Amino acid sequence: MKALTFTLVAEPPERLDLSPLTAERLAGIERHDIEKIQIGMSKHGSKVGDIFRVAGNDPLDIVFEGGSARLDRVAEGMRDGSVRLVGDAGAQAGRAMRGGKLTIEGNAGPHAGSAMRGGRLEITGNAGDHLGAPLAGELAGMNGGVLIVRGKAGAFAADRMRRGLIAVLKGSGDHAGSRMIAGTLVVAGGAGEMPGYLMRRGSILLDRAPKSLSPSFVECGAPESVFAAIIDRHLIAEGILKRPLLGNAPHKYGGDNAVLGMGEVLFPR
Amino acid sequence: MPNVSVNGITIDDTFAEAFGMRATAIIITAPNRKWARQAAITMTGFATSVIGCGCEAAIDVELPPSATPDGRPGCRVMIFAMGTEELQKQLLNRVGQCVLTSPGSACFAGLEGSAALKLGSALRYFGDGWQISKKIGGRHFWRVPVMDGEFLCEATTGLTKEAVGGGNFFVMAESSAKALVAAEAAVAAISQVPGAIVPFPGGIARSGSKIGGKYKGMIASANEAYAPTLRGVVKSALGPDINAVLEIVIDGETNDAVTAAMKAGIKAVLDLGPHKGAVRISAGNYGGKLGKFIYSLKDMLP
Repeated sequence: MKALTFTLVAEPPERLDLSPLTAERLAGIERHDIEKIQIGMSKHGSKVGDIFRVAGNDPLDIVFEGGSARLDRVAEGMRDGSVRLVGDAGAQAGRAMRGGKLTIEGNAGPHAGSAMRGGRLEITGNAGDHLGAPLAGELAGMNGGVLIVRGKAGAFAADRMRRGLIAVLKGSGDHAGSRMIAGTLVVAGGAGEMPGYLMRRGSILLDRAPKSLSPSFVECGAPESVFAAIIDRHLIAEGILKRPLLGNAPHKYGGDNAVLGMGEVLFPR
Repeated sequence: MPNVSVNGITIDDTFAEAFGMRATAIIITAPNRKWARQAAITMTGFATSVIGCGCEAAIDVELPPSATPDGRPGCRVMIFAMGTEELQKQLLNRVGQCVLTSPGSACFAGLEGSAALKLGSALRYFGDGWQISKKIGGRHFWRVPVMDGEFLCEATTGLTKEAVGGGNFFVMAESSAKALVAAEAAVAAISQVPGAIVPFPGGIARSGSKIGGKYKGMIASANEAYAPTLRGVVKSALGPDINAVLEIVIDGETNDAVTAAMKAGIKAVLDLGPHKGAVRISAGNYGGKLGKFIYSLKDMLP
């Protein structure tokens, strides 16, 4: 079987909802029926065939050739297989995914990996605000899996994160890891103002001292840490980082004591 | 088949008889080799025989920093018991009292088995609410605050039901000094075999026993047939040239590990020769009816 390929013919005339184009929802559907699926979100009501040239037949291996900031909800809820987007993605890429592998070879919009529960999402470019974060009204953000942003992330990355690993490699905006419930957020390249704002539990791992912290964070020394060694080795083994992030005795700030106060911000001495 | 002689050493036409056991393994790491060994030795102290210690435990192999999960020097420790419940109890007591307490230590699963035994998932309560759970790459760790930083401990380790306990052979020599030299050579060789431990002091038992005794309540008692001082007064297994017998008892993760360890140990004794070490090798059994595993000495020759 050949990869099911959607080649973007031209810039879409409207925002598109690509959530029907996952392995689960395309299983058993013939190509000419796939082309009839409506994905346009305005009065145009574009169908797959209007926007993409479709080729191949393996729904477990989906490729989008060509991207646009109008391609929303790429691979939403995917559980298996792989999806590769060569180009940019719009909002909510990989939202609520539970398994499989999503690769975006470009930039992603806001809410990428929002509330994902499993699988691996890798963005080679930058990600917008609210990376892995919940939509309005949801109680928790990312709940499992691995989310890697090779470029920058916007504000509120890992907001209300509960489980899993988020790694941002070229710096994040303000309030990274705000309201974290648990889980691990790695930011290399500098985090913006007040990482960990109102975090309850969880770990925020930085490659340098944060430029500001909420005043309800407290200094907690820098004892030798096996956890730092384990996570450093894991990040290198997974191909996320090339060099150790924390070293064997990182500095620790505990907080946010405005709430539960069991979270931590770690950075190398 | 009559007894055979290899390199001037007589090998009895007999066999070792061993039993199925439950076993687990953990990897202990520390800032340096000295403290990794210290934690491992402490937790495997008083663990020579299930008869009186509840379990049998020892260091399986020492691990270089490149082979441990956290990149520090470590030891793989194996623990054997007759049942899962006792194994779980011994594991938690020993890690809780001897590894958690040891400076700079961390503790990881050392076996992927058919079932899981609690490790950090029980010891975490030492954290009194300050413990932190971390799942990294599919493995679950607990971080427990202690006075030199954190004790990091994997949540569970594996249990195997394929383990074998009680593989053995006797090293018999003209003097106790020669018996000890031969037994030490055997222990050194077995320590290189992965998945096999020799739980007695330094790997060597001098009080090999028979089952029961004339006194009520004795589970094991003197094996008079192999006691040189009783050679003349009982039906002895010893000839006039034997004045000391030492036993090497082997527990293994699998039948194959015990076989490999017996072969390695016996080869070391044979290589040493009768003038420096043992003049005869034998093994202990119960007639072959009790144990599930039989290791015939003639199959263990190099």
